[in-house]
Amino acid sequence: MVVMKMKFPFQKRVKLAQGLWLLSWCATVAGATTFTLGCLLKTELRRRAEVMDNTDIHIVPNTLMIVGLASLGINYFASKICQDALDAGRFPRWKNFLKPYFAVSCFFTVLMLLAVIMSYAMKGSLESSLKAGLRNGIRFYKDTDTPGRCFQKQNIDRLQMEFQCCGNNDFRDWFEVQWISNRYLDFSSKEVKDRIKSNVDGRYLVDGVPFSCCNPRSPRPCIQYRLTNNSAHYNYDYQTEELNIYLRGCREALVNYYMGLMNTIGAGVLSVFLLQASVLVSLRFLQTAMEAVAGKENTEIETEGYLLEKGVKETMMEYLNPVLTFLLLKNQVQEGEETTPGPATT
Amino acid sequence: MALLKMKFSQQRRVRLAQGLWLLSWLAVMCGAFIFSLGVYLKIELLRRDEVMDNTEIHVVPNLLMMVGLASIGANWVASRVCQDSLDASRFPRWNVLLLAWYAVAALLCCLLLAVVVLSYALQGRLEESLKVGLRNGIRFYKDTDIPGRCFQKETIDHLQMEFRCCGNNNFKDWFEIQWVSNRYLDFTSQEVKDRIRSNVDGRYLLDGVPFSCCNPASPRPCLQNHLTDSRAHYNYEYQSEELNLYSRGCRQALTDYYMGLMNSTGPGVLSVILIQLSVLLSMRYLQTAVEGAMALEAPEGESEGYILEKGVKETYADIKAKVLDLLKFAQVDPASEATGAGEGEKAAEASEKAATPPPAS
Repeated sequence: MVVMKMKFPFQKRVKLAQGLWLLSWCATVAGATTFTLGCLLKTELRRRAEVMDNTDIHIVPNTLMIVGLASLGINYFASKICQDALDAGRFPRWKNFLKPYFAVSCFFTVLMLLAVIMSYAMKGSLESSLKAGLRNGIRFYKDTDTPGRCFQKQNIDRLQMEFQCCGNNDFRDWFEVQWISNRYLDFSSKEVKDRIKSNVDGRYLVDGVPFSCCNPRSPRPCIQYRLTNNSAHYNYDYQTEELNIYLRGCREALVNYYMGLMNTIGAGVLSVFLLQASVLVSLRFLQTAMEAVAGKENTEIETEGYLLEKGVKETMMEYLNPVLTFLLLKNQVQEGEETTPGPATT
Repeated sequence: MALLKMKFSQQRRVRLAQGLWLLSWLAVMCGAFIFSLGVYLKIELLRRDEVMDNTEIHVVPNLLMMVGLASIGANWVASRVCQDSLDASRFPRWNVLLLAWYAVAALLCCLLLAVVVLSYALQGRLEESLKVGLRNGIRFYKDTDIPGRCFQKETIDHLQMEFRCCGNNNFKDWFEIQWVSNRYLDFTSQEVKDRIRSNVDGRYLLDGVPFSCCNPASPRPCLQNHLTDSRAHYNYEYQSEELNLYSRGCRQALTDYYMGLMNSTGPGVLSVILIQLSVLLSMRYLQTAVEGAMALEAPEGESEGYILEKGVKETYADIKAKVLDLLKFAQVDPASEATGAGEGEKAAEASEKAATPPPAS
């Protein structure tokens, strides 16, 4: 039961070969673009590596880079094959190459689709990674004298200024950590002693935020300290004040930024996927049409091209059998033959 | 005595034409490069328009854009000319145009040189412009409720954060003006009343700076207020504190930025001048060689190419005589019969006058 049979007269075969050659060069450029997009995404993720807890999300740009490189190779061979396709003398040498070639190409094309799906599916993983990373960043904000953490303050400040955000979920995260180092606290002052005594861990907590939370768009000079105290500032109402500091949390800002980036890249990669799939389908048709011509005297006859000789399931089993026997997952028991069975899997 | 005479065989003429065609297309690309350079510089200057007092510095990008466009046109004409150069029937029609073309090409080279000189010479004007613009920006920082000035605060804040600078010359500029609006001052409080009474103009001055002056690289949370008072903050020494605020003034930062931009374009512009000059010289050689060949009996023979037919002095004298001739012709038309008898006297007088001006060379 042949899948998708089509008739190919000589002219159509020639047109198919020419069209496929052009298409494969377009697909090569598209593959290079995919690789570049992967590099771009990786660079952007690494720039904010200090506020990410794990690197799970890096699988998306890594996959894109691998697929981009593979597609360069795949399309290079596709163009070579269709250059030789119309030459009856040179086409047969590709015979043994084509079966594994199609297997590998299909694998990488499916991988491309997977990369796009992953870029949407991994949003939750990215969010939890940012949540943990930002929480640590805010906790170690004051440790500018501890090796390994001395740049946390600068990173968090620049992050908040660039992404116009404050804190993890919102600015109140700063009320819950001590972000002023003990080196700059006067322990003989009463105010400091009161604050330290007011909580169990002996931390100096303030209802204030760092300067990097300040919003330049505010009409009044920035109010950073005693935010919850309306009487501490003239003409100030904590509940209704909107423009003074950034209200958005940095986790949300970063997630939006990266999801926007990955959505744009995903749309581009999806069109590259369609291009790649059409290259493979056309190549298959060309191959089957030319194979029917082989050995005949008159090369200009009409032939049939098809996608799969047998049905989908049988073709898949045909491809997977060698792989499975190689991995010794199937018992090699054959009638009339004595072979050593592999580790029996029941 | 021709200037820089060279012999050109037919083969060499053909090579010259082909080489010049390529070179002129390269020069077209260079023209496009100069134009885009001008556009980029103009955009960068326009972005910081609000802190500049005048637009004198804009002459640099304007010139660059004009020269870029003119150079694209001129070099495109050059490529057409050398396409026609080896065709004896089509080349003569370019003769008159070529004279004008040389003038235009020389003018373009001079203008490009002027741009390079200007970009260094205008540094002082740029600094002045920024000084006044920044002073106004800082003065109107608090006027977020006055139409026309309500974005000054945001502009100055973004500027200080982006260029990592504070104030005009340095952060002390903020001590001299009132940058906190009266809307947010509690006039019943003693502190406010004291400060206002402490100076003649009744302004609320403080030794503090806006948050945008804060340096994120400082190890301690930013100190914005009571900067001159070492006792107001624990473990703080006003004189030795370096990292707390940005120490550079915004005028210095912006001048450095723009000078760096214009200096980095210097080498590019100089190489474009060289390319344009070589197109000019090659075109002159091609023109004279082809004209020489056309005058020969055997057009495929060897001809001579030169830059100037006579020496420099003689050519200059020739041109001067021609120009004066032209002027004489414009003043009076002694051969005109339509003037009539009445004006004949006037004409005679005028022609006498015209005969006397000394064409002294």
